[in-house]
Amino acid sequence: MADAAGHLLDHHEAGSTWVGKSIPRVEDASLLSGRGRFIDDLGVRPGTLHAAILRSPHAHADIVSIDISAAKQSPGVVAVLTGEDVTSLTTSLVVGVKAPVECWPIAVGRVRYVGEPVAVIVATDRYLAEDAADLIDVQYRPRPVVCDPLAALSPDAPVLHDGFKGNVASDRTFRYGDPEQAFASAAHRISIDIRYPRNSCTPIETYGVVADYDAGEDAYDVLSNFQGPFSIHAVLSRALRVPGNRLRLRTPPDSGGSFGVKQGVFPYIVLIAAAARAADRPVKWIEDRLEHLTASVSATNRATTLSAAVSDDGRILALDWDQVEDCGAHLRAPEPATLYRMHGNLTGAYDIRHLKVRNRVVVTNKTPTGLNRGFGGPQVYFALERLVQRIAVELNLDPLDVIRRNLVAAGAFPYRTASGALLDSGDYQEAIRRGVVEGGLAALKARRDAARAQGRLYGIGYTAVVEPSVSNMGYITTVLTPAERRKAGPKNGAQATATISIDPVGSVSVHVSSVPQGQGHRTVLSQVVADVFGLTPSDIRVNTELDTTKDAWSIASGNYASRFAPAVAGTAKLAAERIAQRLACIAASQLNTEVDDIAFVAGHVGSKRNPDNKVSFSRLAGLSHWSPGALPDGVGQTIRETVFWTPPELTAPDDADHINSSLCHGFIFDFCGVEIDRVTLQTRIDRYVTMHDCGTILHPAMVDGQIRGGFAQALGAALYEEFAYAPDGSFLTGTFADYLLPTTMEVPDPLILHMQTPSPFTPLGAKGVGEGNCMSTPVCIANAVADALATKDIDLPLVPAKLADIVRGAEPAPPAGRAADTKRTGDRSLRGEGQATVAASAERVWAMLLDPATLQAVIPGCHHVEKLSDTHFRAEVTLGIGPVKGRYRAEVRLSDLDPPHAVTLGGSAEGGLGFGGGEGRITLAPTASGGTSIHYVYEAAIGGKVASIGGRLLDGAARVIIGQFFASLARQAGGAAPNRSRGSFVAKLRRLFGGGR
Amino acid sequence: MSRLQAGRRHPVRFSLNGKPCTGEAEPRLLLTDFLRHQIGMTGTHVGCEHGVCGACTVSIDGSPARACLTLAAQVDGCEVRTVESLAPSAGRLGILQAAFKRNHALQCGFCTAGILMSLDCLLRDHPRPDEATIRDFLSGHLCRCTGYAPIIRAALEAAAEMAGDVSRETTHA
Amino acid sequence: MKPAAFDYVRAETLDEALEVLRQEGSDARIIAGGQSLMAMLNMRLARPRTLIDIMRLPELARIDAKGDTIVVGAGVRQAALLAWPELGRSLQLVALALPWTGHAQTRSRGTVCGSIAHADPSAELPLVLQALGGEVHLRSAKRRRRVAAREFFAGMMTTVRAEDELIEAVSFPAAQQRCAFREVARRHGDFAIVAAAAVQTAAGVRLAVGGVADMPVARDFPRLEGSALDEALNAFAYELDARDDVHATARYRRDLVRLIGRDLVREVLP
Repeated sequence: MADAAGHLLDHHEAGSTWVGKSIPRVEDASLLSGRGRFIDDLGVRPGTLHAAILRSPHAHADIVSIDISAAKQSPGVVAVLTGEDVTSLTTSLVVGVKAPVECWPIAVGRVRYVGEPVAVIVATDRYLAEDAADLIDVQYRPRPVVCDPLAALSPDAPVLHDGFKGNVASDRTFRYGDPEQAFASAAHRISIDIRYPRNSCTPIETYGVVADYDAGEDAYDVLSNFQGPFSIHAVLSRALRVPGNRLRLRTPPDSGGSFGVKQGVFPYIVLIAAAARAADRPVKWIEDRLEHLTASVSATNRATTLSAAVSDDGRILALDWDQVEDCGAHLRAPEPATLYRMHGNLTGAYDIRHLKVRNRVVVTNKTPTGLNRGFGGPQVYFALERLVQRIAVELNLDPLDVIRRNLVAAGAFPYRTASGALLDSGDYQEAIRRGVVEGGLAALKARRDAARAQGRLYGIGYTAVVEPSVSNMGYITTVLTPAERRKAGPKNGAQATATISIDPVGSVSVHVSSVPQGQGHRTVLSQVVADVFGLTPSDIRVNTELDTTKDAWSIASGNYASRFAPAVAGTAKLAAERIAQRLACIAASQLNTEVDDIAFVAGHVGSKRNPDNKVSFSRLAGLSHWSPGALPDGVGQTIRETVFWTPPELTAPDDADHINSSLCHGFIFDFCGVEIDRVTLQTRIDRYVTMHDCGTILHPAMVDGQIRGGFAQALGAALYEEFAYAPDGSFLTGTFADYLLPTTMEVPDPLILHMQTPSPFTPLGAKGVGEGNCMSTPVCIANAVADALATKDIDLPLVPAKLADIVRGAEPAPPAGRAADTKRTGDRSLRGEGQATVAASAERVWAMLLDPATLQAVIPGCHHVEKLSDTHFRAEVTLGIGPVKGRYRAEVRLSDLDPPHAVTLGGSAEGGLGFGGGEGRITLAPTASGGTSIHYVYEAAIGGKVASIGGRLLDGAARVIIGQFFASLARQAGGAAPNRSRGSFVAKLRRLFGGGR
Repeated sequence: MSRLQAGRRHPVRFSLNGKPCTGEAEPRLLLTDFLRHQIGMTGTHVGCEHGVCGACTVSIDGSPARACLTLAAQVDGCEVRTVESLAPSAGRLGILQAAFKRNHALQCGFCTAGILMSLDCLLRDHPRPDEATIRDFLSGHLCRCTGYAPIIRAALEAAAEMAGDVSRETTHA
Repeated sequence: MKPAAFDYVRAETLDEALEVLRQEGSDARIIAGGQSLMAMLNMRLARPRTLIDIMRLPELARIDAKGDTIVVGAGVRQAALLAWPELGRSLQLVALALPWTGHAQTRSRGTVCGSIAHADPSAELPLVLQALGGEVHLRSAKRRRRVAAREFFAGMMTTVRAEDELIEAVSFPAAQQRCAFREVARRHGDFAIVAAAAVQTAAGVRLAVGGVADMPVARDFPRLEGSALDEALNAFAYELDARDDVHATARYRRDLVRLIGRDLVREVLP
């Protein structure tokens, strides 16, 4: 009986398993009919309130004051919480490194990134909550900003947290083998510097939280589209100051995509739970898209210098990694995990025995980072695979030969990498061989040659990638020193859970704590369990909602690190087999045969030797309910079985910092042909081939779906998507009109190839497959573009404008008499100049500039001017263009007075749509006709909401408004209309607010 | 002239999925919120509220439209159709829905309702669109899961089936 | 991300709409298709006191061919103009450019006049109006006037429409000359980084460029070839005072003006 599981597989002979077939998904019918149950589709308790969040327009500033009095009086408002309220109700979120640093879900005294929550408004509906948010008056005192990770290391950089030395949250070095010797003796040292940008997988459904607090039991009940890992539950209950069993965390039946991102909802769980406690009512918050893009979570950006010791024939003898990881303004759990997820895999698919690593983690004034599909893989492989391409170029070798020459040998598995990963299985050489043949590389090369012969910019890129899956819950402790780890106790493993239940009529239910967001887990589990019981998938009902109060779960629960197929589905198989084993004993007893003779076939359990000797599955399966006394002795119940499975290979890091960071390692070989259009400089993917070995394939269509989806996101990362920040920390891509996801017009269909080398470490032989193309594709495209343009420096995303200098060299000079455009790239300050001629004398104009009454009349949209001193004014103004209008509080200071010839105006304005500051020099010169010519130059910067969502229009808007000021001045001084400046200035400015519908 | 005052609810009478429907809405209430939270039709999803992602696309008087860029008050007297109208009966799927299921043209299903409504409008007006037409038409939708290829395949298959090139029994859900 | 409160006026006659505009001026906004305005309302970039819906006015929903002029009323949706059977014959340039305006799902609601009133410097319809030398028909409670496209656009999202005026219609000269249109955006359907239209003229060609300056700019060129054409285009490119943003650099925009401009000129002056 002990090995009954083996016999259960007998009926799978003749290829009759459900696993491996692309059956229709059980999830689809409701999703296609509008009957999905996403968090915002579910009803809430009567009386549930709705939250809106007021967020910081500044990247770094002290909060001088917050006036919530008007907001509290606003219709429908029940509660308004600020940082002080939240700190009184909760405890700081734990930080993943040893440092005296706090991490709150809301700004406390100081804001450190654009979009950081500053207040939570709870009202009877969302519209009213947003109305009240508009009434909160926050005074900020801006601080210097640091956005660049390398700049953050500088000793004179502004410091974000006093508890981190400088801005460095962690600085560790690692040494494996003898890298110094390898570099000293190698023929070549080849290096590359990489800046990997910020991006995110931006699910189409945003975050949602519904929280309730029961004061009688001091317990929270939270529904959220959180995706795990449920190690975060411990972070949450600690932050909410309750034991874990008093935080009931539930997930809705459906979740609209995550790709890691919905891990980042957890600070909002604390925030909304605190709001529910303060309001003494259930509170619901659905994040909007502006909030999501600005402030949900981002993948890390990273600055990497990677060097290789290389022999003449392209053999890589050692690597030297120097990585500076930018985790944004707070180090939120589980960061700095992005940096350590790949620690065992820093040698990629290659057999490289000597390795040196320096890992630094810095904080900057940007949105905190967290899980995102690929999680550390894109950053690592972009450096490693760009370097491999550079080795080929510099040594004049074929890049594919360099890849082949360095691969882990086919007979070497399981293979222990220099830094400790145990590569479970594979045959990389064979995968490449098949990829080259089946993917048509020879034809692609001919296509490239033909294109180049016509003068077209065409290139081919390659990449070979090991895709890790099923994360070791202990890998993150590699950030600690061995001594710190010893003190904290070992962390390891990755518990997966599955529960199989059989009801009194013998129908089978499955529950897992995998929390899917569209991956089709319910379908695959129905296949896996149907195979064990000899049933059809439609006989099996699967539930993937998670309720931490009632369900089996552990810290590794959730949907991340591509763990479903290798870990969760396998665990469901183990649970089903345990029950099947008992059912086989019962059946053997009833059918008077041996357990070995029992098979589960077509809804029956019967004798293999005598197929007529059988009992229906449902009847047999119900016996534990109806007649437990009649079961054979010692068999036990068949009602419910929960299996916890953790792979023994996932051990804690050792004292030499070796870490098997993941259980499984799939292999990907990609190549592509791209063409860069000579006019538009857009990169077009001509052909993309992606060869995958993800072990045993459970559902081919879903595997291909994961590959295609990952490919599309990776294409976005390569060509379109970036969370862009200005040097002052302004966030520039706050809408889907500026953060560009690829559409049907941009995404080609890649050729997907497979081979299957089962993993010896997982119950089903499956490995993860969901993240690989996010690791392989960006660098594959980059390598192809580097090949097409014969260039070394490729910065993602490949915005066409970035290629202009490479492809075209210097720009044609401007026509004679016109200065060249001297603007620095990336300089976002708005500059302009203009001129107006008025009939009045210079003395009169001068007096007007210093007179509050005149200023009130000429400042566009001015409601009120207050004179604080002879040279300092305060004004309330409404500014805008077209339909866009906002009210601002402005301060104006005059300096460098040279009456009546020149004056400098410096000013700042702050309001609901953002803030601005600038300086202008006005010079007055008499005209021949007795009037005055007013000339002005200005430089201004604008930040906040309007920079995030309207950056495209800002420059022109500023010109309109500044021009309007001088037009009014001219009008007030009885002058003529201002002259147009440089052909683009604005005529008839008093009609400023006209136009539009 | 009718002036609907801010802060008050006003009746909105329209046709929803072929049946008369009356609700009440403040002037500023978005059609998305109106359909989902007043009428209770939650199949229409909200993804961006600035008209880019397409998740909220519904049919207004036969044309695909962004419900997030439409006020409830604007559809007074209009014919609105949502994803809930596509299935011929409970437990069955229409031709387009069935093609999506066969082709694994959805994963999380959040963007799907909008895409289905756009295609439903397209196929009513243009029975045999080619792939380029479909890609162009769907470029106003964002899907983050599928990479689009299965969606295009499903649309082409559904178009062929509707045009009578292929016949399938109505697919059971 | 919900709009601030406003009154909503469903105008049943044009006079009603004009009367509300007369009384409320810039506190009121006309809403037609709403495809630009609604996003601004949702983001609370715009917070008018009153919205005036003009889409129930049948007299505005007309496309009329009056002699050599095509008059498109304020209620005409972009999709309706695109589906107008005469479009390809009478307004070839509009037929070329309209498919680039947004997506099918926004053209179905958005109006031709609304796009022109919004005066986004990257939008196609203002560019085409400028290229063809069309007119904007403005109307207030007190008066009617027509403004030539070159006078109408005054800057970034700024026009000479007075606060009490609405656009009743726009008119395009029905033209048989050769014309061409090209647009470059990051993705299909995005706001143009550069959009350009060329129309043959008696003396040569008119080239209009959007997406670069604060408004679409048209320039007449004599018939030029070779380096003379390149120099003229280079001068034009610099005059547009291009700027950097997250999607493109000023240099890239000038490059496109030079390269696309040359292609378009050659296309209409073979």
